Amino acid sequence: MKLLTHNLLSSHVPGLRPGGGFPLRIEAAEVRERPVPFNAAFVSRLVPRLRWDALREAAESLGRPSELPPEPTPGYEADEEFLRRLHHVLLEVEVLEGSLQCPDSGRRFPISRGVPNLLLTEDEA
Amino acid sequence: MKKLKLKELESCLQQVDTFESPKLLLEQYPTRPHIAACMLYTIHNTFDDIENKTIADLGCGCGMLSIGSAMLGAGFCVGLDIDGDALETFNSNIEDFDLTNVNMVQCDICSLSDSMSDTFDTVIMNPPFGTKHNKGIDMIFLKTALQMAKTAVYSLHKTSTRQHIQKKAAEWEVKMEVLAELRFDLPASYKFHKKKSVSIKRDITEKMLR
Repeated sequence: MKLLTHNLLSSHVPGLRPGGGFPLRIEAAEVRERPVPFNAAFVSRLVPRLRWDALREAAESLGRPSELPPEPTPGYEADEEFLRRLHHVLLEVEVLEGSLQCPDSGRRFPISRGVPNLLLTEDEA
Repeated sequence: MKKLKLKELESCLQQVDTFESPKLLLEQYPTRPHIAACMLYTIHNTFDDIENKTIADLGCGCGMLSIGSAMLGAGFCVGLDIDGDALETFNSNIEDFDLTNVNMVQCDICSLSDSMSDTFDTVIMNPPFGTKHNKGIDMIFLKTALQMAKTAVYSLHKTSTRQHIQKKAAEWEVKMEVLAELRFDLPASYKFHKKKSVSIKRDITEKMLR
C-alpha cells in the first residue's frame, strides 16, 4: 500500500459520522522503498486533491517526518525538488505488512503483502 | 512514454494470468484480452481518460483492466476486489510485468457506498452481471463507480440490461450515450454526462452481451 492509496481510502464501517473513517491510522510492521519513474505532471496535478494533513501524518507514522512541508509550497508546479519529494512519499514508500485503524470506530484492518483488507464481517456489515 | 499500438496492448494482455479456479458465486470470468485492449484503447485515444490519470478498477479480479491502463500510461491505478485469491494472482501479475504504479485493496464494492466520493479521475470495470443470486449487483457497482469518479466511468454490462440502465441513469441524473458495440460478444457502449452545476462530467458504460 502506497501512501497515495492511503490518502484515498476511508473506513466504511456502518454508522460513522458523515466524512468519518478518515484518515486510517497506519501501524506498519514492514515498509519498503522502491523506485518508481518520476512523472512531474502527474504529481503536480495530484497536489490540490491530496488531503495534505493526512499525508503528512501518514509519512510521520512511517518515520519520514521532515520530508514534507506543512503545506504545499507556493508555485509547487515548477518546484522540482518539492515534486520529487512528494513523489517519493506518495509512490515509492509502501507498507507491506501492518494494519490500518479506523479513527472513529477503532476497527483494525490488516495489511498483508502490501494489500489492505477492508472487508467487514457479516455482523458488522 | 512510448505509444503502444492496439495489437501490442492486446498481445501484452494475453500474458496476464487469470483466475486459477474461478468462483461461480462471484461470477469470476476474466475480461478477455481482446475486449480489454479495445476498451482501454478507446478510453485512452478517444477520451484521454487514462494517461496521467488516477484510475480505480472495481471488481478488478486478476487485474486485466488495471494492468492494461498502467501500460497505457495511467498515473496510478487501484484495483478493488472482494476475493483475496484473485488479488494474489493480480499481485504476481504486477511483479511479472514490473509495474510500479498499481495498488490493490481488498474490499466489498457493495459496502463502499459513498465513502470514497470523487477520489479517482476515471473508474473502469467489468462488474458481475448479477445473474447468480446477486441480482442488482451490477447497478450497485455502477452507482458506486459514478460516485467515486470525478470524470468518467467505463463499464461492461449485458446488453439485455440496457433499458434498465437507461432508466437508472435518468434517475441518477446522468446522461447516457451509446459508444460502440463489439461484434463478437455483442457489447454496446454508453456515455453519461453528470448534470452537476456547470462542470460536465463524462461517464461511459460499455455493455456486453454474454
